[in-house]
Amino acid sequence: MEVKEMTCIRCPMGCRLTVTKDGDNYTVTGNTCKRGEEYGIQEMSCPMRVVTTSVRVIGGVRPVCSCKTADSVPKAAIDDVLKALAQLRPVAPITIGQVLAEDIAGTGVSLVATANNRAAN
Amino acid sequence: MKKFVDIAVIGGGPAGLAAALEAWRAQPELNILIIERDHEPGGILQQCIHNGFGLHFFGEELTGPEYAGRFIAEVKKTSIEIMTDTMVLELNNERKILAVSAENGLIEIEAKAVVLAMGCRERTRGALNIPGSRPAGVYTAGCAQRLVNMEGYMPGKKVVILGSGDIGLIMARRMTWEGAKVEVVAELMPFSSGLNRNIVQCLVDNNIPLKFNHTVVRVDGRERVEAVTIAEVDPATKRPIPGTEETYECDTLLLSVGLIPENELTNGAGVEMDRITSGAVVDETRQTSIPGVFACGNVLHVHDLVDNVSNEAKLAGLSAAQYVAGGEKKVEKYHSVNATNGVRYAVPQRISADASGKLDVYFRVGNAYRPAKLVVRCGEEVLATRRKAIMTPGEMEKITLDADKITGDITLEMEA
Repeated sequence: MEVKEMTCIRCPMGCRLTVTKDGDNYTVTGNTCKRGEEYGIQEMSCPMRVVTTSVRVIGGVRPVCSCKTADSVPKAAIDDVLKALAQLRPVAPITIGQVLAEDIAGTGVSLVATANNRAAN
Repeated sequence: MKKFVDIAVIGGGPAGLAAALEAWRAQPELNILIIERDHEPGGILQQCIHNGFGLHFFGEELTGPEYAGRFIAEVKKTSIEIMTDTMVLELNNERKILAVSAENGLIEIEAKAVVLAMGCRERTRGALNIPGSRPAGVYTAGCAQRLVNMEGYMPGKKVVILGSGDIGLIMARRMTWEGAKVEVVAELMPFSSGLNRNIVQCLVDNNIPLKFNHTVVRVDGRERVEAVTIAEVDPATKRPIPGTEETYECDTLLLSVGLIPENELTNGAGVEMDRITSGAVVDETRQTSIPGVFACGNVLHVHDLVDNVSNEAKLAGLSAAQYVAGGEKKVEKYHSVNATNGVRYAVPQRISADASGKLDVYFRVGNAYRPAKLVVRCGEEVLATRRKAIMTPGEMEKITLDADKITGDITLEMEA
């Protein structure tokens, strides 16, 4: 049995949740609504995050370009995603929404640019 | 260089872009100019590369540059002119603007209407009186954010953060993800003004301790920060408690200690100001005390969601367009909007007596209320009541009033 305390972030109430994992069964206490229960179970079973960061760019007006994972990735994979994208060197021009890498760090999720970076003349 | 325009919008951030766009949509024949001091429009959104923007306005979660990008793309389809790399030096009470740029030198602009959308800036070390030496390595969180996210520089490797506002929390994660070690976040108050979501996803996720009732009492280092000492404070007096000092070896101190609306131009023009918001006093159209001068966004009052900035700016932009098209309409009488008993401020601060239809009043409470009940009265009559499970100082609240029912000064207050 595993017990974890956490703050629900689904709304400004910020309920203090206690989530208990017993085999495949999850119990959430401290929540004041259904969304709190969902949050507690998700955070206990497989917390997911969108990674928003930046990559070095070759030949752009700015040396870096901001980017994000197109979907959320497991929290445990964030480190691998950051290490993988540190190796990337996309070439300007880059436009918002452009895919910079597909299946970043084996997550099945692509990395997309979130800003424009014009080519430097 | 001399220019004549119908509407001059000072500032090309989210407020300026939305105001110009809405003015153009209302009156596409108008000559609208946005004056921006940076190389590109978008304002601070360009450095806010985290997501969470646009849930209310666009119905989806965007990063800052993406949110700005949507408005910039719309503006580019219109006849709105954007002057970048141009700094406004002065605004007078006849809506004459003096600006300067490397390309055009001094520029005089005469506008029939002006929208103030200059945003805000961060409080710096100078405003805090932190003792110690004055080495390199002390940055505001937003300055570090720009360096990391736009200029590609890392300001340091071992970091202490003072203040748990959202920018400080976001930068704790950002610096960690870029390879720095964030030792601690110290917060003077017994609570954070930042969003729960940021405390969880920026600090808890990265095992960064957050110490409430703590402040920085010393900065060491000659050329560069070498250590920062924090201490616990007495919650009542905010004075450091001797014997509670802890010293962290580090090379960087980030400050996230509040935002100040950037109102030098507004003050210079002689606009009436609100001492609580540090912004202009406005009516329901977002017109200031100078006819034809409107204000919106963080220069008017500091917002927590850009979505609200965009909505407020649309209102100011529409009002500016109507002012230019219809000419000055003399307001005979105003009813004041008073914030009291737990309500820290309300915007607009006054409502013209001939206002009609639905009207939104934005406000902030001074303390956390749970449950919360806000009552709006006009004399003895209750105009509106709003109940919520919780209201906190960090979240701007809104209440919709029926302007036709407002027959005198109104009061917003919290009740048990």
